[in-house]
Amino acid sequence: MNARFFAAQRITAFVLAFAVVIHLTTIIYAVRGGLTAADILARTHGNTGLALFYGVFVIAVAIHAPIGLRNVLREWSAWHGRTLDTSLAFLALLLLVLGLRAVTAVFGS
Amino acid sequence: MTEALNVEIWRGDEKGQFQSFAIPTRPHQTVLDVVTEVQREHDATLSYRFACRVGMCGSCAMVVNGRPRWTCRTRVNAVIGGGNHLRLEPLRNFTIVKDLAVEMTQFFDKWKEAHGYFEPGPHEKSDFAVVSPQSRERQAADAGIECIGCGVCYSACDVVGWNKDYLGPAALNRAWTLMNDVRDFDQAARLDAVSGGDGCQACHTHMSCTTFCPKAIAPTYSIAGLKRAAVVGVLRGAR
Repeated sequence: MNARFFAAQRITAFVLAFAVVIHLTTIIYAVRGGLTAADILARTHGNTGLALFYGVFVIAVAIHAPIGLRNVLREWSAWHGRTLDTSLAFLALLLLVLGLRAVTAVFGS
Repeated sequence: MTEALNVEIWRGDEKGQFQSFAIPTRPHQTVLDVVTEVQREHDATLSYRFACRVGMCGSCAMVVNGRPRWTCRTRVNAVIGGGNHLRLEPLRNFTIVKDLAVEMTQFFDKWKEAHGYFEPGPHEKSDFAVVSPQSRERQAADAGIECIGCGVCYSACDVVGWNKDYLGPAALNRAWTLMNDVRDFDQAARLDAVSGGDGCQACHTHMSCTTFCPKAIAPTYSIAGLKRAAVVGVLRGAR
């Protein structure tokens, strides 16, 4: 793993450590009173603060997960080189697009 | 004299096998004493390395009862656990030359790859450099400077076991001591050398090197220092 990937993975891990705790706390708190999906969406639509939070969350995941998967594959399989890096770049793009699409759907006005 | 030691020693190369010897137990006997007695009294063809016998040269390391150790400073009583069985193998992660002697070339080549040598710069200095013993850099260098190049950490390292190109704890520890040498002129190139795909970031912090180092050095912490330096380099746009 080169220094840039290492730095990117560690910095996004730092972001995710907080983001995951906030996310889990929020969903547990939100459903404890029996709120339905429709009730939740009614509250989240148009919430810019949460949209920004989950936007950052998605970007951190899209950077962090492919780098980690790359490390695992390089260490435990014979798959190295450009095809691996290209495939994981696509995975990063997929996570980013799907994640931001979900953020737009849940928090968009 | 009490019960004889049952000593199993690896013979041959990678395709070798263990050979057993019965060696008398003696007070304060070291593992190296046992190997020397086998060679002198039982089988003169046994190959192994040693030089100083006092823990300075780093040439007598072997795997003793499953753990890498310096054999000249390891007493038999400390490793047989009340029994009488001693099993001696060549260091792991090295190519076996014969019996207990391993090929160290790749190990020391990696010191060079990691820029584990002092770079004095282009100009001769007119005076001695003054380095305070209390300075952070000097203390960080001191913590790793006593490495004797025995290969115990390299033998213990899981990452070396699955990636033969990984620079390894000893080379990275040496690079870290030089990163903290304020007189050195090659820091950027050294940071590049230790930050490749097989450099410091490949370390999984299993800490086997730190556990087994006979000099009580902590290469894991040296490698962590290199990782920090590399991240700082990225953030500053230097890399």
